[in-house]
Order: sequence, then structure tokens, then C-alpha cells
Amino acid sequence: MPEKFDITLNINGRDYPIRVEPRRTLVDAIRDDCGQTGTHIGCEHGICGACTIILDDYAVRACLMFAVQADGRRIRTVEGLADGDTLHPIQQAFIDHHGLQCGFCTPGFLMLAVNVLERQPDIGDDELLDVLASNLCRCTGYQNIIKAVQAAAAEMRKA
Amino acid sequence: MTSDAIGYPVPPRSDQRRVLGHPVPRIEDRPLVTGRGLFAGDVAFTHQLHMRVVRSAIAHGRIARIDTAVALRLPGVAAVWTSADIPGIPPVDFRDASRAADEIKPYRQPVLAIGRVRYVGDPVAAVFAEDPYVAEDAAELIEVEIEPLPTLMSASDPPGEFDDGRSTAPLTVRHSYGDIDAAFAAAHAVIELDLAIGRHSGVPMETRGAIGFYDAAHDVLELHGAAKVPHRNKDTLVRMLKLTPAQIHLYEGHTGGGFGVRGELYPEDVLVLVAAKRFGRPVKWIEDRRENLIATNHSRQQRHRIRAAVDKDGRLLAIDDEFFHDQGAYVRTHGASVVGRTMSMLTGAYKVGAYHAAGHYRLTNKTPAATYRAPGRFEGSFVRERVMDAIAAKLGIDRVALRRANLIPATEMPYTIVFDEKGAEKLPLDSGDFPGFFDKALAHFHWGEVEAGVKARRAAGELAGTGVAFFLEEAGRGPRDGAQISIDTSGAVEVVTGGASLGQGFETVMAQICAEALGVDYRAIRVVHGQTDRIAHGIGAHAARATVLTGSAVHATAVKLRGLALGYAAELLQTPAAELDIIDGVVRKRGIPGAPLPAGPSITLGDLARRVGPASDLLAGRNPGLTAQAWFTTAHTVFPFGAHFAVVRIDAGTGRVTVERLLVAYDVGRAVNPMMLEGQLVGGAVQGLGGALFEEFTYGENGDPLAVTFADYLLPTLSDVPRIETLITEDAPSPRNPLGLKGGGEAGINAVGAVIASAIDDAVGIPGAVTQLPVTPQRMREILRKRGR
Repeated sequence: MPEKFDITLNINGRDYPIRVEPRRTLVDAIRDDCGQTGTHIGCEHGICGACTIILDDYAVRACLMFAVQADGRRIRTVEGLADGDTLHPIQQAFIDHHGLQCGFCTPGFLMLAVNVLERQPDIGDDELLDVLASNLCRCTGYQNIIKAVQAAAAEMRKA
Repeated sequence: MTSDAIGYPVPPRSDQRRVLGHPVPRIEDRPLVTGRGLFAGDVAFTHQLHMRVVRSAIAHGRIARIDTAVALRLPGVAAVWTSADIPGIPPVDFRDASRAADEIKPYRQPVLAIGRVRYVGDPVAAVFAEDPYVAEDAAELIEVEIEPLPTLMSASDPPGEFDDGRSTAPLTVRHSYGDIDAAFAAAHAVIELDLAIGRHSGVPMETRGAIGFYDAAHDVLELHGAAKVPHRNKDTLVRMLKLTPAQIHLYEGHTGGGFGVRGELYPEDVLVLVAAKRFGRPVKWIEDRRENLIATNHSRQQRHRIRAAVDKDGRLLAIDDEFFHDQGAYVRTHGASVVGRTMSMLTGAYKVGAYHAAGHYRLTNKTPAATYRAPGRFEGSFVRERVMDAIAAKLGIDRVALRRANLIPATEMPYTIVFDEKGAEKLPLDSGDFPGFFDKALAHFHWGEVEAGVKARRAAGELAGTGVAFFLEEAGRGPRDGAQISIDTSGAVEVVTGGASLGQGFETVMAQICAEALGVDYRAIRVVHGQTDRIAHGIGAHAARATVLTGSAVHATAVKLRGLALGYAAELLQTPAAELDIIDGVVRKRGIPGAPLPAGPSITLGDLARRVGPASDLLAGRNPGLTAQAWFTTAHTVFPFGAHFAVVRIDAGTGRVTVERLLVAYDVGRAVNPMMLEGQLVGGAVQGLGGALFEEFTYGENGDPLAVTFADYLLPTLSDVPRIETLITEDAPSPRNPLGLKGGGEAGINAVGAVIASAIDDAVGIPGAVTQLPVTPQRMREILRKRGR
């Protein structure tokens, strides 16, 4: 058995002390070692974006990192978006604008969008579309995702 | 009601409905946006083993040796199986075992390869280990020695050998009617085309997963991660594993897209069940993306040689189509149904004097193929509409006028196409004014102005073009489906169906239908699907059946339950049932629309359920509880229809085709939820653009798959597609069900290949330029080179 390392993942403000092999991907650790299965695995080669999380202040693909690389860093996942029963504006916007069908790619899109809107609240449409084009969706044809993110952007600017 | 019954009255439109037909938000979204879904990968049992499948790296060969010794020594490995370890397990069977042709039975796929491998990805061994990483390590330590055999990579090449003495050409399916020879002899002109549809597939964002669990205490096998057709797969597994129906149950959680490929019964589903029982431990298998691209069903690949005979006005006297269907290495659960569907729907909404089609079903050394959204129709619409464009060009007739003249006129509806061949299902088109709808759609697109504008751009040197295609769909296959609805003492309503949800919004659709008939809030309804231990029968979700068939069953059940509830309420409230209504879960005196509710006694459905509980003295011999069960039966499918319109521009330098506009116009009969229907049309259209322009499973000459990552197999991204426009009409409700439903899952994708080809031809000014899908930049540049640019 390969050697294992003790690390701590901080997910949505809570510490998860775990013991992992150095080759264990971050997404596997988040899902299987920390039980946060809202982050999904779509391709494991960094193209689909279903596993997008926010690491410190940047959206990253959790399938392209090892868990040990995230030791001690701040991770945000879809489970941390809502405030109790109150949905985050982006979650509400996806419901209101039918921005999801099967919902498998949704957590990745939510984290991608939240990250860009937090960093650039006044982002222009073209740049926003460029960012959203980095994730794949197979159900919606994207246009309701765009509508939802634009609506959430407006809502978040108000707040 | 059984029927040829053209018989249900025209149902009300949404403005006369409370919730049916309204674009209300979905009830399934909240867990999905908060990360609380239960997809296959999220299912976990304590003490579970993880399975990894070892797959052939050779496209065709004899298995000389499989050495598992080193792998078995790896700590954490529980077992390694080859076909020798599961001697009694039959090949994966057909869903409709009685309907599948005998000729193709020997071509079913063994659960693990026996003696030969026939495609790269063919399962040859299975590893079971304590940890998925260890299972993968062990899989890499298994030595599989294969003596290569010649590969067959084209369905239209001469047949080869599938097995000793068994050819790769098991079956030719034929459909015909009318005197084809006479029609060609009398033709003013004959058009001949050689057309190919590329190999692509559904490729859902969630890969497959299967978790087997054996409940030894009750002797029940459980399969989790089921999708699409859990009840039908249960029936197949009962046959294959020699179980009684009570000894196995399938459970559907959330499903990350289906599109026809996910949820079919595959070798891995059988393996986890057999292993769970044998090891006495749960067994989990999650497919990785490379496996998904080489092991999950492919689809679409066909080559058509088609001839059409027309009179001087371009009317279709006859169509004669011979095509080769590339099935890949094995026959899967559908048998040869895609071949049959391709030819039965090929003539679409046009009136064709005589028809003959021969579909050659051929095995090759590629991933097995089956249904993908609009199976046989995406292919057939491409072929048929290519023919229509070719006729228009040859006779110098406008493309739109030619199509309009050939559409089956409203005066001849309902219109039934009967094929000569024994057992070939007739096509009884139920309703619609095709030319009238076409005019409406053309006007909506502003076809005349758009075409003129694009012509001007071409005159200025731009490679821009318009495309048009008309299509016919089919939905709601019977014969029947049932539902159970109950109201508990809190007033909550549970609808139990044998349907399935692949993400299309099944729960909301059923809740809206139930809420409308029953008189409750649709958000207070819990919809059960895909649980074989909750209801004995179910059709799942495929072929746009769910809304039409299961929806009609839910409607019938809700109507029955409403009658039951009103009957009891009439006794309790001492008011005739006919004077009562149910509004937001409260039974009260019927009011006048628009006026305040009348005063008088009322009772909530929850209280009513309590009053008719098992201890009630109200029952007088009747069964307790507010619960009902009913079936919907139909002899025929229903036939929605539509048209696609597109504008494209081509970059002469790169060969990139940019779709500027795409309109999907569709008559759905009645829409249950227009917002969700639009979602289906838009999503389907974008998938169609994938098959038209980007997605292709390519192979090397020796059978090596060349599209095994998302860097090679190109799904459309947000920046590749335009905003899809939709026009939904409800002018032709189906007379074959009480709500006039026709289904909407497959219309968005149906004619996308056809309309993009039409637009590209127009842009380059070469009729018939596009003969093959997808039109990748390489193929586009080839077309441009021939054109001399």
C-alpha cells in the first residue's frame, strides 16, 4: 500500500481531518473522505467542469488536483452556497429560469458563476459568456444557464 | 379505451386550466441546486467492494490467455473474474425478447467476453477490490493475450466473420408499399444520393454507475443506479438470472442525463448483481469517461443509397432506399429496432406514391450501437430532406414550395401508411395540418426576408446560407401504463408511477397533471418513479412516452380519485357530489369562475382521508383510504411534427460553420409545461448541432477508437451555439388521449442534421454539397476545395 498522509481539508468553513494517499484526487477526497457529494465527477480530465469548486478565491477543477495540494486551504462547494433554508441568488435564479434539467453539471456551473460574479460583479456579457463556456452541459443547450447567471448577477449587485 | 380510437374530444387550452399547461417552476430542482442529489456515484453501502472492468485493447481477436495471478496477489483485491467464473450467466438479453428477430439472437453480448473480443472496450475480466484505486491498479496487472483477427470497420464493406461460420450480416429489414418499378418507369426525373450519418451518441454528463446489493435476510437482489427503464430491466434480469420477480428490485436515484443510452441493461449491471450475491457484499461500479466513450451505446451510423422518382412538378412518386446500419460489435437490448424505425419514419410528413426500403443490419468491430434521442429520425430526416433539396435543385423549384407541395394535406388526415411486409407496424398519423403549420412557421421565421438578406450577403462575397427541413415525430407508444395515487391524513398526495426521470422534469409533469384533475397544489405532490418495489409495472422514460402514456395514466387515476373523494365528501357535507369542487386541497361547494368562493361546509382532503381510515364507520363495506389505481390503454402512438429553420455562415479559411440562427417550430398537441417543453427543444437542438457539426466517434483502420476523451469527442460548448429560437403550437392535439398530448423530448434534435446540411449547401451554392455528417471543419474545407476556393 502506498504511504498515506494526514491532511486537513477546510470545506465550507468546517475542517475535515483525513488520511489520504498522495495520488488521491481532490474531488475523490471531497466526495468520499469528507462525504460532500454535491461536487460531481464528469470526465476526470479537466474538460467538463462538473467538479468545479472554489479553492481560496479561485474556481478550480477538483479532478485536476491532488487532495494533498489542498491541505489547509479554504474550499467552497455547492453545499455551502445556501444560508440555511435561504437559497443563494444563483441557486434561486437557476430554478426560476429553468437553468437545469438533470442537474448533474449544475453544481459546477453554480460554483463557476458564483466565483466570477464575486470577483467581477460588473463583468460584461461577452466576458461572462467566455467564462461560462468553460463548463459543459448536455441538457439545457446553455441559454437558460446564461439567463440564470445574468439574473443572479443583477440580484447580487443589488445586495 | 382501446383504440384506433380517434375519439377523445379536443381538450381545453391552458387559459382554462389551473396548472396544466402553465410554465410553473419544477418541483425537482431544490435538491439539485443544493448538492443534495442522489446520483449513482453518491450511492454507498458499508463494506462495499469496488469493481473495475478490464477491457480489450484489440478490436478483434481470439483470447489466448488471461493471467490474473499477479493482480490477485495485490493487497485489497478480493477476486478477479473472467467468463470462466460466471458460466451460467447468459448474454445480455433483448428488452422485448419475443419481438426480436431470431436471426440476431446469436449476436448478443456476453457479460464477459468468451473466446473472442470484438471491439476495443469489450469487457474481458472484472476486478473486485476494497478500494477503487486498488481495483484500477489490479486491472493494470492483468495480462490479456489476444491473437488479432482481421477487423471490419465499415458496414457497407463485404460482410466478414462474427463467429465460426456466422457472418456479420445477420439481417435485412424491409418496408415497402405501392408499385415502385412502375413509379420509377413513369418518372419525369430520378434523383440518386449516397449519404452518411456519423457515429455519435448521447454522452450524458453523468457516466453510468451500478451498485449491486444482496439482502440475504429476505433473499432480494437490489440494483441501484438504474435509469430509463427500471421495470423493463427488472423483467430482463428475472429471465437472465432465473429469479422470481419478488427476488430482484431496481432503484432509480437521480440520473445525470439519459438521451437513450443511459439506463439500458449493460454487462456491468449484471456483473455487480452476480458479484454482490456471490460475495455477500455490496459491489459498486462507476464508469470513467474513457469507458463511457467506448463502452456505452453509440448510435446513428448509417450509409444510405437513396433514389427518388418525381413528376415534373417535383411530386414524390416513389422513394427507394437501401442502407447499411453500423451496429458495432454486438446486438444490444433493442435488437434491430433502430433499423425498423429509420425506414418506417423515413418518408416523414410527405405523401409518397410508392416506397421501398431495405436496411442491412451489419456487425462491425466498433462499440455496440443502440438508440439515441430521436432514433432513426435524426438519420431519416437528414436523408429525406437531402433528397428534397436535391429534387428542388434538379427541377429548379423553390425548396420551400417543393416541400409544401409534397406535405400530406389536411384534408387527408388522419392518414395511415400501411406497409406490405408481415409484422411491419403501420403508421397511423393522428392529426395535423402540415401545410398550414409550415406556413405559420415560415412566417414566424420571416423566411422570405431572411432568405433575401442572406442572398444579399452572398452576393457581397460572404458564405452565408439558409436551411429548411420538415419532420415527423412519434411518441407515446402503448399498449398501456398504470398509476396509483393516494392522499394521506396530512393531505399530502403521492403519485406512484413506473416511469423514470432522466432529468427531463418527469416529476413536475406528473404533478401538474395530477394537480389539475385532483384540485391540489402541484408542489404538494410527491411523485415516485423508477422503484420496482413500489409498483409492479412501468414503461420508464424513452421514445417520448412518459408524458403521453404515463401522464394519461396519472390523469385517469387522478380523475378516479377525485370521484372517490367527492363521493365521500358528499356524504359528509350532505351536498350532492356534482355541486362540489376541490380547490387547493379543500372540498367545498362549486363556485362561479371569477366570483368569490360560496359559503358553506368544506373539508380538507387530509381530514377526509382521516374520516375514511380503517376504523371509519362511514365506509359501509367500502375499502378504507383515499387511494386509487387506474390504467391508460392505447393501440397507437401519436405523431407530433415540426420544422427547423437555420442561418449559417462559413469561414472559408478555417472551414468553421457558425450557426447564426436556429428555429425549432413544433406542434406538440398540448404542452403540459411550456417552459420545460422549450427546455427540451432547445437542449435537443444543441445536441443535434453536436451530431451535425462536431461529435464523431472515429476509428483507426485497425479498430482503435480515436475519440476517447472530451478533447477528441467534441460536445457543443456555450460558445459553439446560437440562442435557439422556438415556436410551440398547440393546433393539433392528439385525439388518442384525453389531454391531447403528443410528447416533446425528441423534436429539438430531429431535423438538425437536415437543416444544417441544407443551409451549408445554400451558403456554398452547391446543391448536394453535404453528403456526410458531421460537417467538421476538415470536411467543410474539402467541400470548399472542390468548389474551387
